[in-house]
Amino acid sequence: MHEQPTSPEDLAALLASTGYLADDGLATAGYLALRLGRPLFLEGDAGVGKTAFASALAQATGAHFVRLQCYEGLDATQALYDWDFPRQILHLRAAEAAARAAGSAAGTAGAAGAAGAAGTAAGTAGAAGAAGTDGAGGARIDADTLEAGLYDRRFLIARPLLRALERSPTVLLVDEVDRADDEFEAFLLEVLADAAVTIPELGRIAAETPPLTVLTSNRTREVHDALKRRCLYHWVEHPDVDREVAILRSRLPEVTDRLATQVATAAKRMRELDLIKPPGVAESLDWAGALITLGSPDLTAGTAAATLGAVLKYREDTDRVRAAGLATLLEP
Amino acid sequence: MATAALIGFARRLRADGVNADAHRVQAMLAAVDALGVDQVYWAGRLTLCAEPDDLPIYDAAFAEYFGGKRRPKNLPLAPALPRVSAPFLAGPPPEPGGTGPDEEPSVLGLSASPDEVLRQRDVAALTAGERDEVRRLVTMLAPAAALRRSRRRRPGPRGEIDPRGTVRLMLRHGGEPTALRRRDRLRRPRRLVLLLDVSGSMTAYADALLRFGHAAVRQRPAQTEVFTLGTRLTRITRGLRHRDPDAALRAASDTIPDWHGGTRLADSLRAFLDRWGQRGTARGAVVVIFSDGWERGDPALLAAQLDRLRRLAHRVVWVNPHRGKAGYAPLAGGMAAALPYCDEFVAGHSLDALERLVEVIARA
Repeated sequence: MHEQPTSPEDLAALLASTGYLADDGLATAGYLALRLGRPLFLEGDAGVGKTAFASALAQATGAHFVRLQCYEGLDATQALYDWDFPRQILHLRAAEAAARAAGSAAGTAGAAGAAGAAGTAAGTAGAAGAAGTDGAGGARIDADTLEAGLYDRRFLIARPLLRALERSPTVLLVDEVDRADDEFEAFLLEVLADAAVTIPELGRIAAETPPLTVLTSNRTREVHDALKRRCLYHWVEHPDVDREVAILRSRLPEVTDRLATQVATAAKRMRELDLIKPPGVAESLDWAGALITLGSPDLTAGTAAATLGAVLKYREDTDRVRAAGLATLLEP
Repeated sequence: MATAALIGFARRLRADGVNADAHRVQAMLAAVDALGVDQVYWAGRLTLCAEPDDLPIYDAAFAEYFGGKRRPKNLPLAPALPRVSAPFLAGPPPEPGGTGPDEEPSVLGLSASPDEVLRQRDVAALTAGERDEVRRLVTMLAPAAALRRSRRRRPGPRGEIDPRGTVRLMLRHGGEPTALRRRDRLRRPRRLVLLLDVSGSMTAYADALLRFGHAAVRQRPAQTEVFTLGTRLTRITRGLRHRDPDAALRAASDTIPDWHGGTRLADSLRAFLDRWGQRGTARGAVVVIFSDGWERGDPALLAAQLDRLRRLAHRVVWVNPHRGKAGYAPLAGGMAAALPYCDEFVAGHSLDALERLVEVIARA
């Protein structure tokens, strides 16, 4: 296990070593979440690096990373655990077949005295019914063993939440929690509060150390205050030009300082233009990547026009940027 | 640092409208402990705030309370504006002559009960007593959008086959197939978004509209959002959650900085779409705009925003109080530009018209 960071600056340095450059606020938020053991609730424009932060945090602290993407209708069988029913049935059939085979082998030498007991046991199991009826023979399946075997851990499919509880330490990313519905939110609250789940057939599974949870939201609906209250809240801003240059440089080793500065400056000006979807860091990275792929050493009005589709995703935005003049974006 | 000073700061924030409850204050104390006293800014901001609107309030309060040690990055929205409570206490003076052009009390008054007449009357032209009665009746409306099919499924008698439930039933019978289990999609109410124009030209209707908004929020608190449009966009859903209509209206009107100002419909509509609508608040929702369509800016800008809205929303309903008046034609620049993008265009000038609006919303 890695060392835990001792200060927000320390965490920022650890994150930087994984290629994620966090500003003061985000580093402090991450540090506090680690220290206080509270979930971190992140909001911000799309593409500012909320999801990337969670995976960088996992990498920086040497934790496992588990991601749960939320959507409407998400329920416990998709988020927490589910039984592998086909395998259970297969197991049942296999046990039955084995019992029948054993029964026909042992049938002739059958001990009549045990037949009654075997019948009852098979009856309760239900499963071994076939073996039980022709079973004057001694073939029997121990009902309890069979039943216990059916609900063995190997038949349990761990979904993200259970995976996060089973492996420690873990960073659990609950992405776009606002897309899930109220029922799921209440359920999530319960799991986060206990850092444990109780599976009726298996018992309680508790996390060795509670997972560090990062929740992100796009504010499509208001997340319940009960959930927010448990969390640290942070609004992730777009990075300033210097930081964005540094991010481009660290993520795209091929990018030149000059090109990175040009892309970051142009992206910043676009954010000031009142667009429907202002470009985030993700878009700047795509843009710089596109320019590198095309082999352009420079961002000029010509290359910008050719690659605008990497940064702007609405026709209205493209029109607006063109109207403002591509050349003005590039002025140093 | 003295704990008392931190608690005092939290109290100050509460007074400014940030929901810094005891649970959060406790978290702040733990955070200050973990970070050291020179990091109070972040310790407080991360623990006491809960939404973007809280951040400028926090920055302003922090600068003032702790003597501006930390640069407030986002400046406070606006200085405290004088509270305008006029429309709830008194309302505009009754016009001499009192009746709108479409009302003919001499004819209606004979056949209908006084209550019926009141239903038809323009809200802008009521006496104080009548207004109280209309207020009471508006409170009793229950606007709510229709149901939609949700992605969440429930076991039920019909619908698609539920493999999980069926197999679980098989296991119980020793792996023998017995009966098929089924599951069906749930039905969920659609989101309802009300955008109320509170500019000067809508003053006479503001009270009734806010009450209508309150009735909607109370009907489906989690599925309703109410905003005011004017020179800027204000979200008043939180204030309207109070049970008592008068308390709710007071709380909501306190948060509106641009009462009776000018109208910049296109700008405030764009603010709504950028900050809320596009992210999801308007997606698949029934969006109701209450406005007379008086737009100071270029109508083309308003049309562009409505086009965006129409592509996001399930239905766009425009409510214009003047629609109910005889001889009104939607010729004003903004209204004419907006009409092609609206699914419904209805009047909202009287109680009767508001009741019809409830039906339109429920049908949408």
